[in-house]
Amino acid sequence: MSLVAWNLVKELKQKVSQHYGYAMTVLKGLVKTDFKLRYQGSFLGIAWSVLEPLMLFCVMYLVFARFLRVSDGTSTYPVVLLLGICSWQFVTDSTNVGLRSIVDRGDLLRKIHFPDYIVVVSATVGALISYAINLVVVLVFALFSGVHFTWRVLLVPLSIIELYLITLGLTLLLATMYVYFRDVLHIWDVLMQVIFYGMPIIYPLTYVTARGGWLAKVARLELLNPFAQTIQDIRHNLIAPQTQPTIWSEFHSWWAKLIPLVIGALLLWLGVHVFRKNTRRFAEVI
Amino acid sequence: MTTMSSTAVEATDTSIDVDFDFPQRKAPVVLSVKDVYKDFRLPTEQATGLKQAFINWMKGVRGYKIQHVLRGISFDVRQGEFFGIVGRNGGGKSTLLKIISQIYYPNQGSVKVKGKLVPFIELGVGFNPELTGRENVYLNGSLLGFTRAQVDAMYDDIVDFAELGDFMDQKLKNYSSGMQVRLAFSVAIKAQGDILVLDEVLAVGDEAFQRKCNDFFTKVKKDPTKTVILVTHDMNAVKRYCTRAMMIEDGKIVSEGDPETVADRYTLSNLEAEQARTRKEQGQKENAEKVYPEGLNAQCPLLRVTPVSGRVSDGTKPFEFQIEYEYDQPGDFYLAISLNDTRRGGITYDSGPKVFRMKKRGHHTVRFSLPLDQFNNGDFTLVASLRKPNTEHPDETDMVGAALGVNSCSFVIRNSRNGDYALLSDRALRFTAQEDAQTVEVLDMGQWKNPDSVERKEEARRAATSRQ
Repeated sequence: MSLVAWNLVKELKQKVSQHYGYAMTVLKGLVKTDFKLRYQGSFLGIAWSVLEPLMLFCVMYLVFARFLRVSDGTSTYPVVLLLGICSWQFVTDSTNVGLRSIVDRGDLLRKIHFPDYIVVVSATVGALISYAINLVVVLVFALFSGVHFTWRVLLVPLSIIELYLITLGLTLLLATMYVYFRDVLHIWDVLMQVIFYGMPIIYPLTYVTARGGWLAKVARLELLNPFAQTIQDIRHNLIAPQTQPTIWSEFHSWWAKLIPLVIGALLLWLGVHVFRKNTRRFAEVI
Repeated sequence: MTTMSSTAVEATDTSIDVDFDFPQRKAPVVLSVKDVYKDFRLPTEQATGLKQAFINWMKGVRGYKIQHVLRGISFDVRQGEFFGIVGRNGGGKSTLLKIISQIYYPNQGSVKVKGKLVPFIELGVGFNPELTGRENVYLNGSLLGFTRAQVDAMYDDIVDFAELGDFMDQKLKNYSSGMQVRLAFSVAIKAQGDILVLDEVLAVGDEAFQRKCNDFFTKVKKDPTKTVILVTHDMNAVKRYCTRAMMIEDGKIVSEGDPETVADRYTLSNLEAEQARTRKEQGQKENAEKVYPEGLNAQCPLLRVTPVSGRVSDGTKPFEFQIEYEYDQPGDFYLAISLNDTRRGGITYDSGPKVFRMKKRGHHTVRFSLPLDQFNNGDFTLVASLRKPNTEHPDETDMVGAALGVNSCSFVIRNSRNGDYALLSDRALRFTAQEDAQTVEVLDMGQWKNPDSVERKEEARRAATSRQ
């Protein structure tokens, strides 16, 4: 019985590698190239991938935690802040690079037939690698700030996968639109700012809710944004289960809890669908 | 009973013979293009801005026009074939190649490819200038669908062929443009693909590299597992390498089959287009200034050489042509004709100034013919001049008018019995060795002069048969 199952797994594996083997080879090649090119010509080279977030974190820590004293009163808030910012940075990194990826790789698409989506995926995977390095740096900070990790840490990968999938959907959508309308670049620049400040990332949600009035009620709605939901989940589960509000704690009706998940799933579906519908025309349009 | 069986054997024999005539017939179809149509939208106005788009929408202007690049192309390529695609610029060749390579998708029709297809289009396969030669080879390999191990296996071959061993760890931006193309070309042809698609690549690299490419193509032509699809404007290459060819004009196949016929058809269509252009130019000039075409004047307003037989001659029959003239001055006048070799240069033959005395004044047409049997393949132009005796030196003549440019007559000789290199064929003259057979062995030259000659092909086929 187990032998049959084993054979089935083996066959499945073979089928997957047959179908996606080529895509994986190309993806590996492109990601490696992008990573190599990013730090090319600099003296410190690949060390920048760790140094850069480290230095940025120091600046942010000084500005927000020391000078502005943005805080929810707990000692772990600076780490929570860093985690939120680097999570959002993954989204901006991947959309900024991914949005231009089809157009930037135009010379390639016009010469070889290969699945175009790989170009976009490689941009998001590149951002994901940076995100992983950032997370390691955040964890080091967390250890120094005396964070107590709980069993909830195990849930973090789930949230990261969710964040990645939503971002991928969005990036596919933006990359397709950018092929036809170059204005998308500028519109997205502005939209990113709107989304960023519309989420409790550099300010704690309690900052707004504590003031009472109608604003406090509206502020809760910020959590319906799938990006806010995932980033809050990551912060909640990784570092501060007590202080970080999530959609699960703030909303009680089941349908409200479903909203960000549905939006995220829709975004992924829309991105994939629009991209697939237009992928054949890319080589002609760019 | 015995007679029966012997007939049966004979029958199989003939069928084998037929197969040798078309060795590709049996090979499987690796590329099948069926009824492919492709349109492009060309923006007529700059409708990229919102304002312009709005104005166009208000006016009801579409802002683009549809260009039909391919209209119903169907053909099959079998394994082992060296298939040439020729055609004038803008005829749709490159679009067709991109559709074959699945970079573009047809509006209608289908393309089926069996095996791994390696394209080499628009000079290069998208190299990154910031990467080293080695990294680019690996990246390209992966884009073409080869795993790292597969690229490892062909890497040395690629570098050897490109002759860039010392440069592989340099960034590509430090390569000369010739080196970049050489590397890209080597990747394309040394990659272990089944179908190689090449677009205008025969002028890659210096002479030594081209010779190497020539060797490679000659080898590939014989390889029954490799299929090559080649787009080129070099008709010599088509004749040398291709086993079959096709000509595209205005998005349609106008000729398909034997590479020699197709190449000649292409040469002819270029010739016609050029003449049409000069005629148009001269027509414009005449309209604008009321002047005569080059070489003509008020005394001799018309002098034109036109072919009577076709412009492509196989050389076995004399070339027939006519000269039309208009001349009304008193006194004797003559027609002189000269034959120019367009490709090799120089005047091949001239009638002499006082040979053909014309007896009729006014507007007349006279017919001539010229035997071509002695010539090899070539491109020729017949130029005529109208002359009258010189008043001071009666032995000499003055030119009154000349049939130049569009008024001249160009024609070509194409025959597989001929060579391409020298003007005169072996039928006209031969060298004779002044030695006995001990020192010099005289071989039959006709067979070796032209690699595409019937005899040569026969020989190759016989060799192939004996190998089997």
